[in-house]
Amino acid sequence: MELLLTFIQKAIGQGISILFGASGEIITEKSGNLNLGIPGIMYMGGISGLVGAFFYEKSTENPNGVIGFFVSLAAALLVSALGGLIYSFLTITLRANQNVVGLALTTFGVGFGNFFGGSISKLAGGVGQISVATTAEVYRATIPGLSNIPVVGDLLFSYGFLTYLSIVLAVYLTYFLGRTRKGLNLRSVGESPATADAAGINVSRYKYVATVSGSAIAGLGGLYFVMEYLGGTWTNNGFGDRGWLAIALVILALWKPANAIWGSFLFGGLYILYIYLPGLTRATQELCKVLPYLVTIIVLIISSRRNKLENQPPASLGEAYFREER
Amino acid sequence: MSKEFVATNKEPLIRISKRDTIRKSKAWRIRLIAVVLSLIVCALVIVAITHQNPVKVYLGIIDGAVGSKRRIWVTIRDALTLLIIAVGLTPAFKMKFWNIGAEGQILMGGIATAAAMIYLGDTMPNWLLIIVIIAVSGLAGLIWGLLPAIFKAYYNTNETLFTLMLNYVAIQLVNFCIVFWENPSGSNTVGIINPATKAGWFPQVFGTNYGLNIIIVLLMTFGMYIYMKYSKQGYEIAVVGESQFTARYAGINVNKVILRTMMISGAICGIAGTIIVSGASHTISTSTAGGRGFTAIIVAWMSKFNPIAMILVSVFLVFMQQGSIQIASQFGLNENASDIITGIILFFLIGCEFFISYQLEFRKMTKGVK
Repeated sequence: MELLLTFIQKAIGQGISILFGASGEIITEKSGNLNLGIPGIMYMGGISGLVGAFFYEKSTENPNGVIGFFVSLAAALLVSALGGLIYSFLTITLRANQNVVGLALTTFGVGFGNFFGGSISKLAGGVGQISVATTAEVYRATIPGLSNIPVVGDLLFSYGFLTYLSIVLAVYLTYFLGRTRKGLNLRSVGESPATADAAGINVSRYKYVATVSGSAIAGLGGLYFVMEYLGGTWTNNGFGDRGWLAIALVILALWKPANAIWGSFLFGGLYILYIYLPGLTRATQELCKVLPYLVTIIVLIISSRRNKLENQPPASLGEAYFREER
Repeated sequence: MSKEFVATNKEPLIRISKRDTIRKSKAWRIRLIAVVLSLIVCALVIVAITHQNPVKVYLGIIDGAVGSKRRIWVTIRDALTLLIIAVGLTPAFKMKFWNIGAEGQILMGGIATAAAMIYLGDTMPNWLLIIVIIAVSGLAGLIWGLLPAIFKAYYNTNETLFTLMLNYVAIQLVNFCIVFWENPSGSNTVGIINPATKAGWFPQVFGTNYGLNIIIVLLMTFGMYIYMKYSKQGYEIAVVGESQFTARYAGINVNKVILRTMMISGAICGIAGTIIVSGASHTISTSTAGGRGFTAIIVAWMSKFNPIAMILVSVFLVFMQQGSIQIASQFGLNENASDIITGIILFFLIGCEFFISYQLEFRKMTKGVK
């Protein structure tokens, strides 16, 4: 029981980054942009949050965690939105191939994260291991009182602010896409930009706003990982392939953010299952780590087999829109 | 060419229209401008980080890439590796099959190579061993490429994510093999394989360690050019890439073309694994592919599958990567600097294609840019 409880807690902890990434990618894909740069953007969000907090904590004698919190949050949102802006400019304004731009952005973003993560202490004058414990404390703060309730407290109230934000955001985005005028407009842009254009919707603006805000949301996934999961430190490539899992989760969730919530917990669980399964050797542990990817592949195959219209990707996904080309 | 239709009575500031044709020299001039701009931005980034004089920075990059005989060879070797992966990806992309699984195909080829080196190292002469290695690594890559192709052909499963996920399956297989091959025990790395006997290592050709790399890569590049341009199969790939409906109408067996093309693509990427393991590093790790499978996609796409352009782009990218690694290590910074540089260059190269396909006309300009 104790073990199961820890497992669920840890699985949720693993899942939150992926959930942020998937929510951001869903909004982006609903506008018809397949942003394969999300893994890079999540690295960018994570490192810039860390760097922001780091320079803030270094600049004052007695760093205040709450200010560090806002500085890092703003830095992460800003830099990951910038990543989305690069992608948007190249694919929407310059009509470049989305896959190619996305992959270049991932190369850039992962390099950006690892470079600054690996060099920041040197650039700041050799302070050794960077750590922003004061700021991370704020990210890790749990709801007082509620988190002390046995079992329920551990299960539901033992997480930091970003965990709840990710779930609220996913629920809100589901509402936004299904029930608001803007959300419906956005979906029409992704399904058929020419029709949306004819109906008077500004296609480029919707694509820009959706992609940039989607990137900012995804960047929070990186921030979550650095602050709440790692407690305010950086390890190169530590974030690993969670960004790609986020893109895979979009398919598992059938482009619905609410589905991504349980999907992310499932992925998180599969990600760490090897630690909790008894009787594994070192070799079989490595094989067990394949599970999240195998599950994704199986979901891909199954979802390509059934042909329900509402479960299909946005019809114009991956294509640039040029008014005069139709 | 479509005539402009302006709904409002005021003409927009910039009008975009598609070019009918563009002279080759002009297209290359635009690309050259993009390269120069990217170099300027890269310099600005490096200067901002290191606070060095930009001229010195560029001298440092040149020194890092071709400053000594060893560095020249490293640059050539890595450019060749990037080139062969791009060559392997070419048929798949020409068919509009988004194979972003080159990383996995390379790793599978690498695993097969390392396995052959370890288990067959003492059983046969080196020339035979190398032939066996190339065969098994090609086969391993082929299987890794064929899997997503089967599902794409028969179920229309999204190949982008399928191939991507197979990358991670391959990475875990490498980790699995490291458990059995690790040397020294407990290091969690394979170490140099067969350091004494050099069994399975590419032999010296033309007095250099990388002679065989050059031969294999250039042969394959040339062969792929001929295959794509002059063979019936190459033509079928192009037709399927343009429109599957047209291909079906013309009596082409689309599924067969998809399977065959991905087998070729995967096999070449697998052999790229041999070139890395047998021809360069003589070991295997999860970073054997090291992101080159992704960079090569962009190389192939940017070059429009033109082999000469692919060689140029590969050399340019590796040159800048090696140079920036040198600069970074000079200043005690992280070598991932090279990824940032690569990213910036790619953004410019990708962006400049727009100015080749479209032209901008500014308001109140009597004559267009054309």
